[in-house]
Amino acid sequence: MSANRRTFLGVAGLSALALAGKSTLSAIEGSEKKDAAASAPKRWAMVIDPQKCLKNEGCKDCIAACNKVHNVPQFADAQHEVKWIWKEPFEHAFPDQENPYTAEALKEKPVLVFCNHCDNPPCVRVCPTKATWKREDGIVMMDWHRCIGCRYCVAACPYGSRSFNWLDPRPHIPALDPNFPTRTKGVVEKCTFCDERLARGQQPACVESCKEKALVFGNLDDPTSEVRALLKEHYTLRRKPELGTHPEIYYIV
Amino acid sequence: MRDRSLILAGLLLFLGLITFPIWYNLASGASSKEPELKLPANEKQCVASKETMRTTHMEMLITWRDRVVRQDDRTLRTADGRTFEMSLTRTCMKCHENREEFCDKCHLYAGVTPYCWDCHIDPKLARRTNG
Repeated sequence: MSANRRTFLGVAGLSALALAGKSTLSAIEGSEKKDAAASAPKRWAMVIDPQKCLKNEGCKDCIAACNKVHNVPQFADAQHEVKWIWKEPFEHAFPDQENPYTAEALKEKPVLVFCNHCDNPPCVRVCPTKATWKREDGIVMMDWHRCIGCRYCVAACPYGSRSFNWLDPRPHIPALDPNFPTRTKGVVEKCTFCDERLARGQQPACVESCKEKALVFGNLDDPTSEVRALLKEHYTLRRKPELGTHPEIYYIV
Repeated sequence: MRDRSLILAGLLLFLGLITFPIWYNLASGASSKEPELKLPANEKQCVASKETMRTTHMEMLITWRDRVVRQDDRTLRTADGRTFEMSLTRTCMKCHENREEFCDKCHLYAGVTPYCWDCHIDPKLARRTNG
């Protein structure tokens, strides 16, 4: 069959139209799939009740549980310290609560602190490699493969939630858990709200380990969630809200 | 050209010496021997064909890494419809439990040093160090 210019152009035009139509259709299909996944919005947050936590002041169950499942190294030298969740005196955790007469119940009492998973995270803004970023569900995630150890995020975080590995952490981990990676020297680490446990439908390790149920984890976008109920019922504090970081860890007072 | 025989003999000696490692390996049969990998005893089928795994497992692992860490997408659907968790230690090393006899042997032969285990923990090593 010999094609003249007219039939060639006709066939070419029809094929182009068909191709365009197909890609449009698949694009529509794709967007529908995306919509279905986004139909249940999530915003993970935590509500902490320091009074429940203080029932047993020396308790370190949550800290131990976190350190264990995340292979957090334990350095004897405080300068090399790596911490995901730890206790801080009330006045240090809430320096903006400038009250010389803090209630006895809270005065110099240890408060649990960790990454606030801010809505407006300053660490994310400064990261030059996008090794840390905010997920759609609000978790300020870390990709340790991508961290170059510049420590901008450590400097940017107003809560001291980030630790740098000055030394190889491996020899300083009491018991290796093969289900979670360790980090290497020259990498920053912090709490990730147990993203790996959430993916398996579990609660964060600290929440699960607390016998007093002082830590409650849940979805802020769900009006029927336990965290929303607690926030509705109680007056809560957030750490350094004046900085505009919108921390998502709430403390019941 | 009075020294022809000397020069030729010298050249032959030189060639012989410089190619000695090749002759030596050929004679001992070391260079023709591919590493013998210890395959999992109770699992016959990997997530993809042997050929695919052999040539592209590194790219596959990088893809898994990005999908898991950056997109929180942890489920792998294989071409034949099976599903797996995308995880080096929790999936790959569940079957390929012997790192020295499987991963390391071939990597050593190919002269590559992947840094996976700088962070990810070989379950066997964990058992050994934890006692």
